[in-house]
Amino acid sequence: MTAVTDSEASLRLRGARAEGGAEATAKMSAADLSAWFGDKQALRRITLPLIERKVTAIIGPSGCGKSTFIRCMNRMHEVVAGARTTGDVLLDGKSVYGADVDPVRVRRRVGMVFQKPNPFPTMSVRDNVLAGLRLSGIEPPDADALVEEVLVQAALWDEVKDALDRPGGALSGGQQQRLCIARCLALEPEVVLMDEPCSSLDPIATAKIEELIHDLRDRYTIVVVTHSMQQAARVSDYTAFFYVGELVEYDHADVIFTKPSDPRTEDYITGRFG
Amino acid sequence: MTPELESAYSGRKLAARAAKTASSVAVGLALLPLFAVLAYVASQGARALSVAFFTEPIGVRGAGMANAIVGTIELVFLASAMGIPLGIAAGLYLAEYASTPLARAVRFSADVLAGVPSILVGVVVYAVVVVWMKQFSAFAGAAALAIVMLPLVTRTTDELARAVPDSLREAALALGAPRWRTAIFVVLRTAAPGIRSGCLLAVARVSGETAPLLFTAYNSRFFNESLFDPTSTLQVQIFTYTMTPNDDWHAQAWAAALVLVALVVVLNVLARRVLAEREPA
Repeated sequence: MTAVTDSEASLRLRGARAEGGAEATAKMSAADLSAWFGDKQALRRITLPLIERKVTAIIGPSGCGKSTFIRCMNRMHEVVAGARTTGDVLLDGKSVYGADVDPVRVRRRVGMVFQKPNPFPTMSVRDNVLAGLRLSGIEPPDADALVEEVLVQAALWDEVKDALDRPGGALSGGQQQRLCIARCLALEPEVVLMDEPCSSLDPIATAKIEELIHDLRDRYTIVVVTHSMQQAARVSDYTAFFYVGELVEYDHADVIFTKPSDPRTEDYITGRFG
Repeated sequence: MTPELESAYSGRKLAARAAKTASSVAVGLALLPLFAVLAYVASQGARALSVAFFTEPIGVRGAGMANAIVGTIELVFLASAMGIPLGIAAGLYLAEYASTPLARAVRFSADVLAGVPSILVGVVVYAVVVVWMKQFSAFAGAAALAIVMLPLVTRTTDELARAVPDSLREAALALGAPRWRTAIFVVLRTAAPGIRSGCLLAVARVSGETAPLLFTAYNSRFFNESLFDPTSTLQVQIFTYTMTPNDDWHAQAWAAALVLVALVVVLNVLARRVLAEREPA
């Protein structure tokens, strides 16, 4: 337990240093986190803070463990057969891997948006938004207001307000992805994890999602995994560079993209590999 | 186009035309027995149909098969009520917990059960239910039919639930849904249209099953008043009448065959219509 507390302290320190002020705290943090798929190690002892109400981008070449990392944050990693982790993840200073912690509760506080838009095809737009609550056995008292509120937040309301009863799968790819974001926001998560949310979208839809990420950062702690360095530079406050399962560098986004300290980071962001 | 390409192209066109002709002929050949059976049953059965056939119970001249028609419908509903929920639940378990030893055992036994001749199911239900209750009964017949349905429904549900993309399961889990709610409200719901068709096929299949009923529901000349009394069914009555040397009863058997076929068709159409209405807009 002391080890965790120590690394937590160092994380706060590191987060504070990155922020250049005492007010920046880590909403979540990975402490010495390693992850495996069977015998294959996907993450190697990652220690990284996710600063509250900021956007943290995670960049790195394919297979570097970016997605695995965020899936460890809300305990989705263990859903895959044979997957396991060591080390710890803290949410508000408390372990999400503790023996008495129910992963279901963690996932309600730490929402996730996937690479490929995955609205429930059998549900209407409206029911998709409410799906998270209903799947928890909660029938919201004022469903219409909630649906409107989160669809407005997800910048989708104007496009779908007359089509709330249409199936979620009938929307365009970009609209589906914003629907998935709305579905996630309806649960009022504290952290939103986004796994390459724009990789299957065209540039216009991508721009809308990026704008949305910008708008959401005042209310949520956001983590965006991305392949696009430009995207990371545009949307993030902090950027972490992963390479073959290791955290190579973490700093303010502008520092990473202007004067990275590790030569591997520089090679990657200048397009020399990856 | 070069001459070589030209000749290769016309050769391909010829092959395509030949393949298309061959497959059209195959479709025709496959449909032929179906239409032959339907046409023959219709022409033979229509002759013996009368109002009394639908209103009078089994008996001598001037009698009908009203009690057998009711019995068949009763057994199909009862068997579906037992077999479908159990089959869907088992199939969903197989799909969602595929790697557990229990799931492997269930899948294996479903496959074996699907291959068991249905008369054996009848014999087993006789030995277990009928002997125990000291009575042939509609309940025993329905149980036998439910056992015949079970592997069909289970495996259909299993296959279709496994075809639901993992991305939807993950979407639900990431929303904080427990595993069982994910299985029921996301996986089952997404696979529902296919499972419905599978269940309809299973129902249609057991609607005509005769062998499992011979020593379970047995037969009766009267309307079935209790689930725990023997009951008549169209299919067993067809068997019984066909085995007699009586031309009048042969005609009745043809009529029963026609009604049975019509019943299966009506059941299918009705079920499809009811299910279609429940479908979200």
